[in-house]
Amino acid sequence: MSRSALTAAQLGYYGCHACNLVAPVQPGRHDAVCVRCGHHLHLRKPDSVTRSWAFLIAGYILYVPANVLPIMHTSSLFGAQSDTIMSGVVYLWTSGSWHLALIVFIASILVPSAKLLAMTFLLLSVQRRSVWDPLQRTKMYRIVELVGRWSMLDIFVVAILVALVQLQSLATIEAGLGAVAFGAVVVLTMFAAMEFDPRLIWDPQGGRRG
Amino acid sequence: MDYSALIACHECDLLQRRVRLHGGAVARCRRCAAELYRDSPHGIERSLACTLAALLLFLIANAYPIVGLEVQGNRQEASLYDTVHTLWIQDRKDVALLIAVTTMVAPAIEIGLLLYLLFPLQLNRLAAGAVPILRFLDTVHPWSMMEVFVLGILVSLVKLEHLAHVEAGIALWAFGGLIPVLIAAANAFNSDEIWAKVSVLR
Repeated sequence: MSRSALTAAQLGYYGCHACNLVAPVQPGRHDAVCVRCGHHLHLRKPDSVTRSWAFLIAGYILYVPANVLPIMHTSSLFGAQSDTIMSGVVYLWTSGSWHLALIVFIASILVPSAKLLAMTFLLLSVQRRSVWDPLQRTKMYRIVELVGRWSMLDIFVVAILVALVQLQSLATIEAGLGAVAFGAVVVLTMFAAMEFDPRLIWDPQGGRRG
Repeated sequence: MDYSALIACHECDLLQRRVRLHGGAVARCRRCAAELYRDSPHGIERSLACTLAALLLFLIANAYPIVGLEVQGNRQEASLYDTVHTLWIQDRKDVALLIAVTTMVAPAIEIGLLLYLLFPLQLNRLAAGAVPILRFLDTVHPWSMMEVFVLGILVSLVKLEHLAHVEAGIALWAFGGLIPVLIAAANAFNSDEIWAKVSVLR
């Protein structure tokens, strides 16, 4: 148990990603499917690094308008106002609900930017076949997968406010272009994380234990 | 050779021998500590119960208004559908679709397909198309974001507090109930056991 750690790929086996079945690689076949569930089998997800980069770069590009453009326009008797993600956090902070300001700050600002940086780091480390602490990097990937969805928070808040505040003469709220960009960033980074194959983190380890 | 005694870690690909688990234990990869499989006693029964409860709460959450607002005699209510509809008329169709998929379509598909699979499995039968459906469920799951939406409701309530008198609607309570039920359903659902059962029944 303690001597060497071998992966399924090194021994010539596929581990099915859908149903967990282990099956031997058929020599000369490139179109293997799992005998139990019919899922396409690959030793590693095909082109996972390239695809993950593509989604990530698109995410970076849209990250700018997502933060600069207003996500919400409010017009009321007292005038019109546009809110970006950051000004929404500031508003919550100054109006005394610092705990909610903190939640929104984490979900809308900290998580998306940390996610972009973490995925960049993981992709670079995998491309350079780094052997640095694979366990830490795997944990990082798990956190990225786990918390990514919570960034949808601000999109949901905008949607609810928009539906609720339609009081013709008094006040109306409209969703801004920033909301579109921000939603796209969340979706794109989720795709980037899904395409990434965490097994690549461990491949340069060879027979070493983590 | 019987490969069913082996498992490859889905996160680091380490090939390991399966061991028998008891009493709700979890088997983790010895290299990267990813969860490989678990023993969940009465897993199918429990996930069926939780999914049925989720269906009920989901229907209520969709049918009734989430919050109501009153400003100088003007009353406005919003249901889940209203949030999608209003964005759609404002020509933010992309955002409207994103909301519809993550809070209505994905959860509905997930709950519906789970019930379709689990009912026959409980009776030791196999639903038609069980295999592709089980695979499809893995794809749908990340896009079902009810729990994030609930937090969104709470944040918007606080934002509106100063502006008007805000009232919680029936759907809000249903949403609140959905969270623990969905967590319990996810914990009870044992995909490794279900795959094993499906392959035996086939």
